[in-house]
Amino acid sequence: MSSDLRHNWLVRGVAAVGECGLFFVAVAGAVPKSLRYWRELCRQIWFVGAMSLVIVMTCGLFVGMVLALQLYFTLSIFGGTAALGTVVALSLFRELGPVVTALLVAGRAGTAVTAEIGLMRATDQLDAISMMAVDPLAYVASPRFLAGVIAMPLLACVFNAMGIFGGHLVGVTWLGLDNGTFWGNMTSTVDLYRDILDGLYKSIVFGGVVSLIAVFQGYTAPPTSEGVAYSTTRTVVFSSIVVLAFDFVMTAFMT
Amino acid sequence: MHAAGIPVLRRDTFTGDICMNPRPSYAIGTGLFILLGFAALAYLATQTTSVANVGHGSTYEINARFSNIGQLKEGAPVKIAGVRIGYVESIRLEPQRMDALVTMAIDRHYEDIPDDSSAAIFTSGLLGDQYVGVQPGGSPEFLKNGDEMVLTQSAMRLEDLIGKFLVNGSPKGGGSAAPPSSAPPASGNP
Amino acid sequence: MIHPSDAPAPLVQVRGLRTRLGGKVIFDGLDLEVARGSVTAVMGPSGTGKTTLLRHLTGQLRPAAGSVRVDGREVAGLSRRGLFELRERIGFLFQNSALLTDFSVFENVAFPLRQHTRLPEELLRDIVLTKLQAVGLRGAANLMPSELSGGMARRVALARAIVFDPMLILYDEPFVGLDPIALNQVLRLIRTLNQTLGITSILVAHELAAIRQVADRIYLIAGGRLVAEGAPDELAHRDSPWTRQFFGGEADGPVPFHYPAPDYARQLGLAGRRP
Repeated sequence: MSSDLRHNWLVRGVAAVGECGLFFVAVAGAVPKSLRYWRELCRQIWFVGAMSLVIVMTCGLFVGMVLALQLYFTLSIFGGTAALGTVVALSLFRELGPVVTALLVAGRAGTAVTAEIGLMRATDQLDAISMMAVDPLAYVASPRFLAGVIAMPLLACVFNAMGIFGGHLVGVTWLGLDNGTFWGNMTSTVDLYRDILDGLYKSIVFGGVVSLIAVFQGYTAPPTSEGVAYSTTRTVVFSSIVVLAFDFVMTAFMT
Repeated sequence: MHAAGIPVLRRDTFTGDICMNPRPSYAIGTGLFILLGFAALAYLATQTTSVANVGHGSTYEINARFSNIGQLKEGAPVKIAGVRIGYVESIRLEPQRMDALVTMAIDRHYEDIPDDSSAAIFTSGLLGDQYVGVQPGGSPEFLKNGDEMVLTQSAMRLEDLIGKFLVNGSPKGGGSAAPPSSAPPASGNP
Repeated sequence: MIHPSDAPAPLVQVRGLRTRLGGKVIFDGLDLEVARGSVTAVMGPSGTGKTTLLRHLTGQLRPAAGSVRVDGREVAGLSRRGLFELRERIGFLFQNSALLTDFSVFENVAFPLRQHTRLPEELLRDIVLTKLQAVGLRGAANLMPSELSGGMARRVALARAIVFDPMLILYDEPFVGLDPIALNQVLRLIRTLNQTLGITSILVAHELAAIRQVADRIYLIAGGRLVAEGAPDELAHRDSPWTRQFFGGEADGPVPFHYPAPDYARQLGLAGRRP
């Protein structure tokens, strides 16, 4: 490979994707071994999941509220305000819940994971773990990856529940929609498998994507303060892009 | 063993390990988080989906035939005067008569529906979902499990409405204002 | 198969080691041996790859050519599992301590034990406290690494490195940033570990005075090769250009003080105008 080809951004981009893919294989391969470190997994779920609850719940509430407000005025043009509950629920379950949760988690937990692993690399902690005959892939990378896969769908569920609550708050309590209509229309249209479970599959995939990118960026961060800072930024940028792209592809396949 | 400065051994409540330095127990937080997540999932699954319509006490079945059910789906609500009394359990095509047989599950709380009541398919709002509205009759006899409502009114089709409007110059041939009990199956073939 | 105990063979044997890192030749035919139960110092100008040598011994790097044998086994030929088995018997003291930042001092020292053994908690606690006592930090067991000074962190890392009573300890710059009291303690510790437990030690360091107190043998590396070796006192007085420059601290000698650069006068713009 000639040197100018190697510095081509396209080639470097493809190489980075390939590296990330190989890293995914390595991390996934280390998952069985990492189950020994369940305490570390537990700590990471706590960190990725429980620590994100406040932001996810707050955002879920507001997204539900603004969704109800916007849709109410749009639906009232067609005289279809009775469908408010249905529309709010479907938008949340199928689209906004998984996507917004993934973006929030990428910003809150993904960056922290990248910075943490990047600094572990910079301060030789990864080498030290390896020198103590513990596989850093199994001890550091896999638990964080698994924690993302486990925590993300749960967070999305909490987000959805809060969104429904917020939508109900605005639609019924504030705008005076009939309570029975709100729930009745929702329950008659929303389907457990087609809507809720499809959203859940999405957020499981997003959880894997976001935590894989965060761990990968941390692992490959140059061991300098500047390198870690750049990698942290890249985690957010890449996670957002990949989540939205995957969302489109998965939606296209699911409907 | 317990020299000054060395903390006394303590047993970790959750892992059973003895630790020098009881760290904040992540087990509690993680457990609570997972429970909360599954609680939210259970809430969504049971309260916002069609699952919410199932298993609400005991029900009995009533049939009704419609020549056209429009967009009516299984699980759609059945209402009297706007109050939900049950849901659509199944929709089948009756091969001999080529019309739709809609089986509705009605809550046992509402057993006193006169047997000359009529059923109509309405749309909530202009674009909303469709539901079955029951207009009570005046008969002293009540509908029983497996009975059929004779008087029905099919779903309003927007195309038919527009067609009638163009022919007659006014929408008097149909419309939601017409009382369903007065009209036999009103799906006029064009 | 060489059994570790019955052979008087050296614990570490490096033959014809060649390494390239990022296009730069680090080692160009390095030979050295470390006898069992000895304290060996590896010295040399900065950037000659002393730390790289330690990474070869632990299998973190693979040589381009040549062989690195530790305890009779070829490190580059070991499987991942074999490598981890070897590493369990090697203590490594990192230059910047590399303590795990979200564990306390106690848990840091206990980490290798927790990962590789199923010791009862009371026994584990006693082992950890013994090791911490040896480095004088038993009272700091509950501190977090962020609360430690650099010297304290180094001593904790040392306690962690010896928690398994390894056969070999690699010290990467162990004396940097230690105050004289801690320095003496670490020196005494290295000697004690060596004499009482027979732990072989390899030190990478620059402090000649400190090294003379503990080392049995010094290897001087420069330019990717071994340039001098011998007992500390003998080496310090040997009349070779390398030793004279290195131990005398002269700027001129076989090791250039200046990084390769264009002509000084020319770069300042003085040359050419007025020859």
